[in-house]
Amino acid sequence: MDFGRISRRHLLQGGAALTLGAAAGARPAFAAETTIGFIYVGSRDDYGYNQAHAQGAAALKKIPGLKVVEEEKVPETDAVEKTIESMINLDGATLLFPTSFGYYNPHMIKMAAKYPKLRFEHCGGLWTDKDPKNAGSYFGYIDEAQYISGIVAGLTSKSGKLGFVAAKPIPQVLRNINAFTLGAKSVNPKATTQVIFTGDWSMPVKEAEATNSLIDQGVDVLTCHVDGPKTMVENAARRGAFVCGYHTNQSALAPKAYLTGAEWNWEALYPKFVKMIAAGESIPNFYRGGLKEEIVKVSAYGEAVSPEARKAADEAKAKFLSADGFAIFKGGLVDNKGKTVIAAGTDRGQKDPELEKMDYLVEGVIGATS
Amino acid sequence: MADGSIGLWTVPLAVLGGAIRVSTPFLFVSLGECITERSGRINLGLEGTLVMGAMSAYGISYLTGSPWLGVLAAGITGALLGALHAGICSLPRVNDVAVGIALMLFGTGLAFYLGKPLIEPTAPRLPAIDFGWWSDIPQVRAALRVNVLFLIGVALAPILYWAFRTTRWGLLLRTAGESSDAARAMGHSVLLIRLRATMVGGFLAGIGGSFLSLFYPGSWNEGLSSGQGITAVALVIFARWDPLLCLWASLAFGGAAALGPALQSVGVTSGYHLFNAAPYILTLAIMIITCSPKRTLTGAPAELSITR
Repeated sequence: MDFGRISRRHLLQGGAALTLGAAAGARPAFAAETTIGFIYVGSRDDYGYNQAHAQGAAALKKIPGLKVVEEEKVPETDAVEKTIESMINLDGATLLFPTSFGYYNPHMIKMAAKYPKLRFEHCGGLWTDKDPKNAGSYFGYIDEAQYISGIVAGLTSKSGKLGFVAAKPIPQVLRNINAFTLGAKSVNPKATTQVIFTGDWSMPVKEAEATNSLIDQGVDVLTCHVDGPKTMVENAARRGAFVCGYHTNQSALAPKAYLTGAEWNWEALYPKFVKMIAAGESIPNFYRGGLKEEIVKVSAYGEAVSPEARKAADEAKAKFLSADGFAIFKGGLVDNKGKTVIAAGTDRGQKDPELEKMDYLVEGVIGATS
Repeated sequence: MADGSIGLWTVPLAVLGGAIRVSTPFLFVSLGECITERSGRINLGLEGTLVMGAMSAYGISYLTGSPWLGVLAAGITGALLGALHAGICSLPRVNDVAVGIALMLFGTGLAFYLGKPLIEPTAPRLPAIDFGWWSDIPQVRAALRVNVLFLIGVALAPILYWAFRTTRWGLLLRTAGESSDAARAMGHSVLLIRLRATMVGGFLAGIGGSFLSLFYPGSWNEGLSSGQGITAVALVIFARWDPLLCLWASLAFGGAAALGPALQSVGVTSGYHLFNAAPYILTLAIMIITCSPKRTLTGAPAELSITR
């Protein structure tokens, strides 16, 4: 829906101006007022992916001297270029956060080349040396949290059948499915994950149907990678299955069924970025981190999680937090078609960019990428 | 069977369950639109009505704790939007299709705006009637948990079919839709008939929306409808303005929506985008089979702006 965008933006700007007016007496952290633009692919209030980013943007609004402009429901097409143009030319934005995967190439790259003095920070893209220097991509290794969810799921499931409601078979989603499965298999080698792709980021009816179909197949613990996990969490809990959350903490929706979940921590990262810029430091073009760097976090365990599962999950968490880190994707990894995807002896550490091109499902996942 | 799985039986069961679970909004919107179009006016705004109904039902259910009050509120909201459509269309030289598109945008936009604070809270849901008590297979029991709104919708289809043919108001409605001059000659106000028909249509579409937010998928968010209201309006043409055919078409669409996820769950994983598109392929196929260049659509009300 395109309509209403301008008026909502202007409303937000008005609100931001008011806040600034009130804060005028406070000490300015920036010499001149800096405007930061946030672009979301869906609704800011989806109780999921976009809301996690909007919470990060809200953390920036509290910093004096910063003005945040936002636009939601911007499709991953030319539309995002128009939004970036208007944020730059009409609002004077100098730092932009296009937060959806499909914005990166070619749209944001094109804009970064056109405005070389401005800074572009993209969530989830894969920055390479060929891309403009004023563009950057940041992302969190949320698969670490998914691995821990997998451990809890594997030790909670009675049938050994886990379910995953996924939107699209892109590398980030596949990496989550695989990490979840490998986590479960690390404690229950017979565990399998059945995956269903709904085809888009927000399809509540399809997500509900997928949840029901999985439970009909004997799946008793589910997780998901869609924009708003609420539909999956509520429908699974109604059928008596357990769930692991995603993006934000959904335990309030189903306190008895909620085991744990993988959450973003953008509230911590975005102010850090802004402080780096204010201090004159440059943000690395390729910025990544996981549990250790506090870009992602794990939800508090629900009441249904056994002491044994808590112990196993805490041990895994300690490994991720240790100085050496922990490689989820180790050498000798076989995909679900029987092909070796990581040769024996070459562990792929979390920072390995090869993992961000993932196009396979590991052994133990029932499903296909196309 | 020992591990609680029912294997390939999942697919027919999911299609049956999907037909029951997913079809209700299609059914209410298409029956509502059927009434409106039979009176000679097309209301494309029902997508907006559906979304507004879903939002207001969720909000009222959350605030009052009674989902049935939510259903009523959704119906009233729908009727008011219907009245707005009919009111604007009563003015001279107003195109009902254009007004419908405007109201579709208005309804969804207003619902998104008012619905922002309702995304996180959980509202009380409508109860389900357990028709699977005879079975000890949990999957069958889950598929046969039926909401009373579905039953009302199923009952409404033959009642409307009968009412269009035999009752006084049914005949009046059709007269207004077939020839407004005839209705006027009989001393009836065509505008008033159409106002009532659009309001009743909006009322039903609003109730269809309440099913989405209060029963299945059962919560309010902005992607909830994803075009189901539009599909249902198209379904009326597909069903040739016949309430009984609307029922079958809604059931087919509901079942087809469940097909994609169900096939993936049993391991048929290739081409899931194609299976997800099943409802639309079905529509296209039937449209092509039944259309003819030699005659106009059978059953189309003569006063309808799209057929005139």
